[in-house]
Amino acid sequence: MISRMCNGVPPRTMALLGALLAAFLAAPWVANDYLLTVLIFILYLAYTGQAWNIMMGFAGQFSLGHAIYVGLGAYVAALLFTRFGIGPWIGLLAAIAVAAACGAIIGFLAFRFNVAGVYFAILTIAFAEFARLGFDHLDVVNASAGLFLPVAQYAHNDLWRLRGDPTMFYYVILAATVAAFILCRMLLHSRMGYFWLAIREDEQAARAAGIDTFRYKMYAVMISAAVTSFGGVFYAFFYNNLFPEQVFNISNSVEIILGPVIGGIGTLFGPILGAFVLTGLAESLNSVLAAFGLDLPGAKQVFYGVCLLLVVVALPEGVWPPLARRFGLKRGVQ
Amino acid sequence: MPFDVFLNVAVAGVLTGLVYGLMALGLSVIFGVVRVVNFAHGEMMTIAMYLAVVLFSSFHLDPLVMLVPIAAVLFAFGYVLQAGLINRFVTRPEHSQFLLLVALGIIIVNTLLIVFGPDARTVQTSYAYDSFQLGPLIVDATKLYAGAAALIVAALLFAFFRFTLIGKAVRACADNYTGALVIGLNVGRLYALTFGLGAACVGAAGTMMTLIIDVTPSVGPTYTLLAFIIVVTGGLGSMPGALIAGVLIGLTEALAGLLFTPSAKSMFAFGILVLVLLFRPQGILGTRRS
Amino acid sequence: MTALLSLNAVSKRFRGLVALDRVSFEVPEGAIYAVIGPNGAGKTTLFNVIAGVLAPDDGAITFAGEPIAGSTADAVCRRGIARTFQLVRPFAALSVEDNVIVGALLRRRDVAAARRRAQELLQRVELFDKRHQLASALTAPDRKRLELARALATEPRLLLLDETMAGLRPTETDRMVAFLKDINRDSGLTILLIEHVMRAVMALAMRVLVLDHGTAIAEGTPAAIAHDPAVVQSYLGAEPA
Repeated sequence: MISRMCNGVPPRTMALLGALLAAFLAAPWVANDYLLTVLIFILYLAYTGQAWNIMMGFAGQFSLGHAIYVGLGAYVAALLFTRFGIGPWIGLLAAIAVAAACGAIIGFLAFRFNVAGVYFAILTIAFAEFARLGFDHLDVVNASAGLFLPVAQYAHNDLWRLRGDPTMFYYVILAATVAAFILCRMLLHSRMGYFWLAIREDEQAARAAGIDTFRYKMYAVMISAAVTSFGGVFYAFFYNNLFPEQVFNISNSVEIILGPVIGGIGTLFGPILGAFVLTGLAESLNSVLAAFGLDLPGAKQVFYGVCLLLVVVALPEGVWPPLARRFGLKRGVQ
Repeated sequence: MPFDVFLNVAVAGVLTGLVYGLMALGLSVIFGVVRVVNFAHGEMMTIAMYLAVVLFSSFHLDPLVMLVPIAAVLFAFGYVLQAGLINRFVTRPEHSQFLLLVALGIIIVNTLLIVFGPDARTVQTSYAYDSFQLGPLIVDATKLYAGAAALIVAALLFAFFRFTLIGKAVRACADNYTGALVIGLNVGRLYALTFGLGAACVGAAGTMMTLIIDVTPSVGPTYTLLAFIIVVTGGLGSMPGALIAGVLIGLTEALAGLLFTPSAKSMFAFGILVLVLLFRPQGILGTRRS
Repeated sequence: MTALLSLNAVSKRFRGLVALDRVSFEVPEGAIYAVIGPNGAGKTTLFNVIAGVLAPDDGAITFAGEPIAGSTADAVCRRGIARTFQLVRPFAALSVEDNVIVGALLRRRDVAAARRRAQELLQRVELFDKRHQLASALTAPDRKRLELARALATEPRLLLLDETMAGLRPTETDRMVAFLKDINRDSGLTILLIEHVMRAVMALAMRVLVLDHGTAIAEGTPAAIAHDPAVVQSYLGAEPA
């Protein structure tokens, strides 16, 4: 199984992956609390970016409303936990079901009624905004007042109930990111992965090759939604508070797509690299500003915007593909 | 509920809707010709709104007077943006264009946040609380002026496209890009002009909007979405469609705010958007896309 | 020979314009059958109707004894009709090999098996050495052969070729003709082609259908067609003698 997974991967790439994983595993021993929080955020973005990439990077369906799956995952798990004392891992199953069902509804409507391209993106935004406004008025989740998870000091980390210190959360999101990476690699090299790429490249030609494009686009949306929903569960249990205004916000959807866009849409390393580059640079900027005694609330976002602009203008493929070609980290062409 | 309350709210909604319509008209003109969806549209409107706030607090210029210089500034902004940046993206994939404008929107919102801070700013005109009475009907002066100005600007734009030579050349570009190139039109410059005009519309609309709402940096994305909703409802690229759908959405929001809760009014607009996308994707007045 | 594909009084209108007017013909199993006609005669519409891209307004299309009119394009392909496009549409950002793998996966679940099949086909169309290139990097004739390989990879019983020879140099045309003859002979694959290059039609086709303004004006062997007065008039605009 493992040897098959590594089949055809250049040794340099394997070495890089190994070194990266070792560095990540060791990080909590050297990182202080601040750095650990930053790393958690990077991995969270890498994870959700990877999930978004399934839909856009593989199957070519541009979602600008992924906050809806984060939000649904977060609210479902948090609600089960606070109301019924059901732990997050059971809650995750419910979150996955709800998010996948929501993805299925959006996908069904869009693909049956031929809503494509920019119109599809607008439809996904509309659903996310609809959810934001809806949850803002939904009393069962405390509406706009927000839903809070009980925060208490725990004597020891409780992995089953996801209550504990940042180090535990760090390893949880690291494991999830690794799992998402492996899942995406398997998907990309599967029969379905080939069909997705064909649909992304030319839907009509894909149909002429016998691919049931409706069905495979549905799978892409549902899998992407399901994978994203864990990001929401993690968000809820790490931050312990949920406001519809924040979780479902369009800026959240944009943040999810920044990693893969900057790293390289449709690549496996892109979401991770992009999350790293973006958050790393943004945090450095924050430290520099703080050193000069400046507190500018929008500075980080302006920086995000400039990065995105530069990448879209100068490196339309993202940062990873040219790097991979330069250093021979990719086999043949992809 | 007494009927005259209902009527008053409806009229206010229609007048606000005219300003919405003018804003959306800008988006529709840009899409109709350049075929790029301006995802920074609402953000551009906030630039105009802050310009109005600054001009008002510094020189006490009336928004109805500021309309012209602000529209001119936004025209220049749009022209330079298209000529310098977006023209290179016209042949790029849709998502690439989208991301470019998302980036621009993020930069605009947060630059405004850094400069002006998160607090709401207003333009307090001398007639802010005036109203006209017409039988049972009470109309806010600000909304009446805003709606009328929006209608005039829209009429000027229609006239430009219908009667001037440049306007006709722009329409030729929209109909047939290659054909326009073949007969020697400078398509790049006409695109820049179009983006400038779209931006000028949003500039005028933004100036009028300061009469109706307070401005914060974060209203930008909200109005981008609203402009989308209106333009998709009216038919992407259709100018009369944008105006009519603007009025329709303004009316819907006003009535939803009255009959349900004001904070949920946008849900109805999104509801309309979803229904239109599914059942009449070409919009009320648009032509069917292939 | 029995008919693999038969059309019975198939009509298609676009906003009142009649693109196909009660077209009927039969393609026998194992045949190479050509459809010719001047520009705008409705040839590509005919293909799109057979391939499921367009639904006919009237008439019946039967493939291997079953009605297929109104099926979707992918369902038609799964039943065993593969097509190429007049303007080739390879998956540009995928490698040559991956393009063909996509086709081969239709009848296989295993990617490795699909890759083996793709490599065989790439050898047949002489693209094996370029299998790791991006499809977008290929020359126009290579792209045509790639599209042919992708279509063949879906293991069709009927292959629809939309102007495969257009834009090819004469030597390349001869290569393509020879290749099509080979696969037709070796595997008994039925081929229906739209073609402007008469050289190729004469060399390949067992029977020819002539379309003009959406109507079938003649059908028969290439030799008979070449002397049909209606055909001569529609092609050459000749005055009746």
